[in-house]
This record gives sequence, C-alpha cells and structure tokens, in this order.
Amino acid sequence: MSSTVHSGHALPADSRRGLFGRAIDFLGTYVFSVDHKVIGIQFLFSTLLWFFVGGLLAMAIRWQLAWPWAEMPLVGPLLFPHTGGQISPEFYTVLFTMHGTVMVFLVIIPILAGAFGNYLIPLMIGAEDMAFPTLNMLSYWFMWPAFIAFTASMFFAGGPATGWTSYPPLSSVSNAAPGSGFAQTLWLLGLTFVGISSMLGSVNYMTTILQMRAPGMTMFRLPLTIWGMFITAILQAFALPVLTAAGFMQLSDRLIGTGFFIPEGLTVNGVSAGAGGGQPLLWQHLFWFYSHPAVYIMLLPAMGMVSDIMACFARKPIFGYKPMIFAIGGIAALGFIVWGHHMFVSGMNPMLGTTFMLSTIMIALPSAIKTFNWLGTLWGGRIHFTTPMLYSIGFLSMFIIGGLSGIFMAVTPVDRYIHDTYFIVAHFHYILFGGTAFAVFGGIYYWFPKMFGRMMNDFWGKVHFFLTFVFFNGTFFTMHILGAGGFPRRLADPYHYEIFAHMLPLNQLMTICAFGMFLAQIPFVLNFFLSIFLGPRAGRNPWHATTLEWSAPSPPGHGNYDFQPIIYRGPYEYSVPGREQDFYPQWIAPKPVAPKEST
Amino acid sequence: MKAFTHWSLFFLLVPLIGTAIFVAAPAMNLWLPKDVSVMGGEIDHLFYLILWLTGVVFLLTQILLAFFVWFYDARRRTEPAIYSHGNHSLELFWTVIPAFILVFLGLYQIQAWANLTMRPPEDPALEVEVTGRQFEWRIRYPGPDGEFDTPDDLYHVNDLHVPVNREVVVYLKSEDVLHSFFLPNLRLKQDIVPGMTGRVWFRAKEVGEFDLVCAELCGWGHYKMKGRLTIQSQENFQQWLKTMANEQEAVQ
Repeated sequence: MSSTVHSGHALPADSRRGLFGRAIDFLGTYVFSVDHKVIGIQFLFSTLLWFFVGGLLAMAIRWQLAWPWAEMPLVGPLLFPHTGGQISPEFYTVLFTMHGTVMVFLVIIPILAGAFGNYLIPLMIGAEDMAFPTLNMLSYWFMWPAFIAFTASMFFAGGPATGWTSYPPLSSVSNAAPGSGFAQTLWLLGLTFVGISSMLGSVNYMTTILQMRAPGMTMFRLPLTIWGMFITAILQAFALPVLTAAGFMQLSDRLIGTGFFIPEGLTVNGVSAGAGGGQPLLWQHLFWFYSHPAVYIMLLPAMGMVSDIMACFARKPIFGYKPMIFAIGGIAALGFIVWGHHMFVSGMNPMLGTTFMLSTIMIALPSAIKTFNWLGTLWGGRIHFTTPMLYSIGFLSMFIIGGLSGIFMAVTPVDRYIHDTYFIVAHFHYILFGGTAFAVFGGIYYWFPKMFGRMMNDFWGKVHFFLTFVFFNGTFFTMHILGAGGFPRRLADPYHYEIFAHMLPLNQLMTICAFGMFLAQIPFVLNFFLSIFLGPRAGRNPWHATTLEWSAPSPPGHGNYDFQPIIYRGPYEYSVPGREQDFYPQWIAPKPVAPKEST
Repeated sequence: MKAFTHWSLFFLLVPLIGTAIFVAAPAMNLWLPKDVSVMGGEIDHLFYLILWLTGVVFLLTQILLAFFVWFYDARRRTEPAIYSHGNHSLELFWTVIPAFILVFLGLYQIQAWANLTMRPPEDPALEVEVTGRQFEWRIRYPGPDGEFDTPDDLYHVNDLHVPVNREVVVYLKSEDVLHSFFLPNLRLKQDIVPGMTGRVWFRAKEVGEFDLVCAELCGWGHYKMKGRLTIQSQENFQQWLKTMANEQEAVQ
C-alpha cells in the first residue's frame, strides 16, 4: 500500500489507520487497484451485470416477436406508459440495437479478454503481474465512460436505433430516425471508449505474454487459453484502430459536416443531409474489417479455455497441441480477409464477393481441425462429468452446429436468399452463446476456486447447465427453420407479411424457451454469490490440473506465487504412464530435489 | 444432478431432435417458400447440397461425441486414459478431406453466382425502376416509349407488376437510407444504397401475388415497408399498363 502514501496528503502514514485511512486502503486495494486479479474480477462482475441487462433486452425482443403489440405484463405500464404498456416500433429498434451492443461490446469481448485474460495470463505464464499494471487499471476504468455513454444513450436520449452495426446514412443523418440524433452520438462515444479499453488491454497482454513468462515457459509450453488470448490481442491491436477511426469519421459526419459516408445530394425526410460526396458502403467495409475479426476475438479465448478444461476432465493431454495452435493462427490470419462475406448483397462488386466467398469457405478448415482435435481429446480419456466439463462438451456440440451453419452463408448464391434472415441470427447465437457463453460459464465454474478460494456447488451447476442447454436449443435451433423460410431479422412485426404470418406459433414456442433460459440463470446467480462466502474451501489445486495457475494459493496473494515457478514440461501432462498420480503439473521438477509440491 | 448419469443420452438428443426438426419442418409448411423464378432453383439446389453435406457431418460428429461421452465415462471405464499427444496421420486426414470438400463447394457454386449477378440480362427485357424511401416502394415503368424520364413514364406505389416468362431488369435506387429489395419467392435480395443505382434481373415462371420485403434496417417503420409483387400473364400485364396510363392521363 505504499503507493497511497504518496498521494499528496501531508498526513503521516499512521493517521491513515482511522476510518478515512481504511477507506483509502480499501479504494487502493479493491477499487483503483493495479493488481491484475482484482481488475479481472472487476471486469467479471461488471460484464456479468451487463449480461443480465442484455438478457433483459433480449426478453423484451422475444416478447414482441411472440405477442406483437401486446401489453407487456407487469413491467409494461411502468416502462411504456405513453403506449399503454406495449413496445413501440421505435423502442423495438432500440431494443435490438442495445441488445447487440451490450452483448458484443460490454459482455463477450470484455469478459473474455478483460475478466479471464486479466486474471489468467500472469497466473498461467508465471508472472507476478501484467507488464503495465497502470495501463491495465485504466483499461477497466475506460469501460466506465462507455457504460455511462451507452446507458445515457438508451435512457435519456431516445436510444440508438440503427442496429449494433450502425449503418449510415441511417446512423449519420440525425433526422433519419428518432434515435439518430444525440443518442447515436453518445453511442459512438461509448464505442470509442470500449475501443480504448480493448486497445490498452491488448498491448498489455501481448507484452506480458512475450516478455514475462517464467523460466522454462517456452511459447510451446503455454496453455491454449494463453494462445487464444495472445492471438486475440494481436487481432485487436491490428483491427481495432480501423473501427475507432471509422467511429470518428461517423462522428465528424454527424457533428462537423463532413461527408465520409453520406452520398451527394442526399435528402432525408425532406431535409438535406449536407455536403455529401461520400459512400455508405465505406462504413460497412471499415466496420466489418474490425467486427469480423471481433468474432474471433469473441471466440478464440473461449476455444482455449475449453481446451484446458477438456484436457483436465478427460485426464488426457490435448489431442494435437500444435495443430490447435496453428488452427488458432490460421483462423486469425484468414479472419482479416473474410469481412466481405457480410456484404455479399450490399451492392459491393459481385466479383469481390467471389474472393470473399473463397476465403470464408477456407476459414471453416481450421475450425474443423479444432473440432476433430477436441473429439480426439475425448477419445480414450477418463471423462469426469463436472459442471465445467459439461459446459465444454456442450460448447463442442454447439460449436459444431454454429460452424456448419456458417457454410450456408459463405456460399454466395445461398446467402443472397438467407442474408438478414433468422438463419444468420441462429448461426451467430450458436457461435456466441452456444459457443462463447458456454465456455465462459465453464470457465467460471472451473476457475472460481482459484478466484475466490472456494468451490461452487456442482449439483446446482449441473441443473444450470441442463436447463440452459435445453432452453438454448429450444430458442435457437428452430431459428434455422425460420431462416429457411426467409423470416427477416430486425422486424418489429413480421406477421403482416402473408408469407411469414404462419410462423407466429413457432415464435411463441421460441419465446417461451427464451424465458426459460433467462430463468435458468437463477441457480447460477445464487450459486455464484453464495459460494463466494459459503462454498467449501478449495485448496490450491482442486481439479488436479497441470497448468501453472493451480500452483498458487487460492486465491493468490499480491505477486501471485509464494515460490519461484520454474516450468519443466508442457501444459497437458495427464495420465503419464509410470506416475502414481494421473497428472504431472508443469511446475513439478522431474527429480525430487526440494520443489514446493502443492496438494 | 447426481441421479442423472446418462449425459451421453443427453448429448445424443442433439443429433436426434435436430434431425427430427429438419425432417418435420417441411411437412409443417415451415420451409423454403415456393420458388417461382427461373434462377431460384440453382440457389435451392445449393442449399440442399450444403444441407446434405453439413447434415452428414453434423450427425457423424454429434453421434461420435455422444459415443465418447458414454464409452470413456470415468465411472464406467477402469482403464487409465490413453497417454497420447495426437497423431500426425490423423491430423493430415482430417485436414485434407474437409479441405477437398470445401474447395469443391467453393468452386462448384461460382457458376451459380456468376449466373445470378454477372451474366448480363437477356435483351429485350422489361425495365422497371424501384425506389426505396422511408417506408414505401416507389415504382416507375418507362411507359410505351420504353424510355425513362419521358412524360409517359408510369408511376405506382408498393405494388410491382411484372409479366411472367419474361426477363425483368429492376433498377434499384434509394431516396434516403439503406433498404433491401427482398423477394423471398424469387430467392432474390439486393441492398439498395443511396447514391448508387443497383441492378438486378429475374424471370418469373408462374403467375401469382407475392410479398416484397424490406430486409435492411431503414428506421422505426422498417417492419411496415411492405410491398407486393404481382406476376401476371403477358396480356394481363399489358392491360394493367394501359389502365395505369389511362388513369394517369385522366389525372393530368
């Protein structure tokens, strides 16, 4: 706590032992902390809170799609008194805009990189902390202006209403939609702050992983979680500046009269949109140049976490460790040249569509390699069905579906039909919820003992998994069918089209499943908070795992290790023949020469 | 859930129910809508081809997953786990086979894409201009002289009439924001970008009335930007054009 002594107060250190001093100590330790573990947990709590908010928004969307224009029970009259408790079409656009924004920018990206990345990177590579602890703290605190901007945009300025993709001219001309005014400006500000936060994090992760590994921790002894985080950090560092620049361009179109994305002579609602001379498609290119790699930013760390969990509970080395790494690298490299598949029907030159089609088809290959290697890891194992393992197997099962459905969209003629239908909604929810969110749940159950020193309840964890898995599939699997029927996304009331009218009952079924999925999170929330205080003590290595974070005390103190970690072997030495135990941790010396063996 | 020990059966439900849903959906009329275009068949063919390919992979991998979950259950199996770091030949095998299938798929569909978007429309074709604006479709025919921007242009809103069995070229314009011209029954979708004139063409093979959908978010009223596509016989279409021309003259 020496840092708080130099805070400019003339008080001697002793006088800080009063209530005020304790408050400063508390702030320094738990609030404005530079310790990567505290920052990781701050990210975890913030993102889980936003996960709840994003889930609520999704419930409102599902309500409208199942019972369009019906009065929302209980909360409707409170939220929308002016419409008699029903969702207005204006508010519906705000709902899906904010659902996407919150889930992508405030939940999935920060929970993987911010929460798990922060917490695990130093612990898994044998570092005392991040390379730049202050930058690390700032990466969390730069999320707060974003939280405030997005919240203000939604509640005080009518709400952004142009989708999380914010396509101009709808987004850049302030009279194009009710929410295209100040709300959109706030939304863009929020996006900028999220970008700054991610950038600070990614610089830190790259430096830490390259420079601060413990003796013996070569790059090819890193757990796959770290490989996922490392490649993700590279993706962020190279792709994110493009989005930030594009965000500034859109801001300047809105605020100072430039015309990057506004074509010449455009009038919207009878009002001239300004000088013009720009091109709306340019935004789509810039946006997806970041936001397609962002799909992998939202997936690669999850893939790494699942690999670690799966090896641990199959009690088996990961199948094809290096092919797994090369596959991550392949996905990342190809990930930079596939963004155009979001634009096959956008008006982009169809020749270019063919190029993007080929690169997109080829990105299925490393995903297939990873899938087969996970199956190979299960093969010949001794599988223990703990909650984290169930979530990992669930991840694999769901990722197969999400990966396969992606091939439909990659094929340009088929995309011409299913683009912007519920087929794509099904596809990316299988990747981002069935994939990433399942991995996140698995990761929370798996690393919770390290974070809080106590175990979560396994029975209620399994209940949570069972219900979430069933209701998730009930909600999203049938969306493929809707998509095949051409059912478009982002419509407040699709049923007045003759061709979609008969799809209402199916949507009602999906909404009921979605409510079920939302309620299924109650056991998780209770389990999580009660276990922090009441769970059984975990010990250092409750899962008998091999990676380095399990050598530290649970929870680890400042500086992480109470010994100098030295790494002797790869990360997945399970069931080594001739060993008494079925795990051979990375930090145990081969010869019995006084290492600090932990339980 | 200590009592629940059959996680393999649980995961086996994924391929079983998944397949059942895809089998049942067409029977329940929840499937690809009727295709009334000449070129839509190519798209449907590709859709079914991918459905079969991915369906087989889906079943094989999911059943294998469920099998492993059952067979290698630590409660069932007494042997220690196999100490293996992978297998080079297997890696090659499951890299080359999918690569081959994917490259085949990529090359196989290029022709269809070229036919849909790059092959020039047949001449002579009926030309019509569709302009999207918040939240309606404005439709313009060139009139008897076959040229746009002449006094005999014919105007209509939200109801696109086209003749059957004839190539139709649609020029797509937007007055304000992005829209998307989506005809599900013709498997046709094209975003409309303000400042650019898009061009799509199709040939309908059946008469009837169908939906014209806006498929790109265009504002709060996006959901109600609904149009109709009326495909008529050549005679009825000419008759309709004449009626339109008379009405318009009467107004002037």
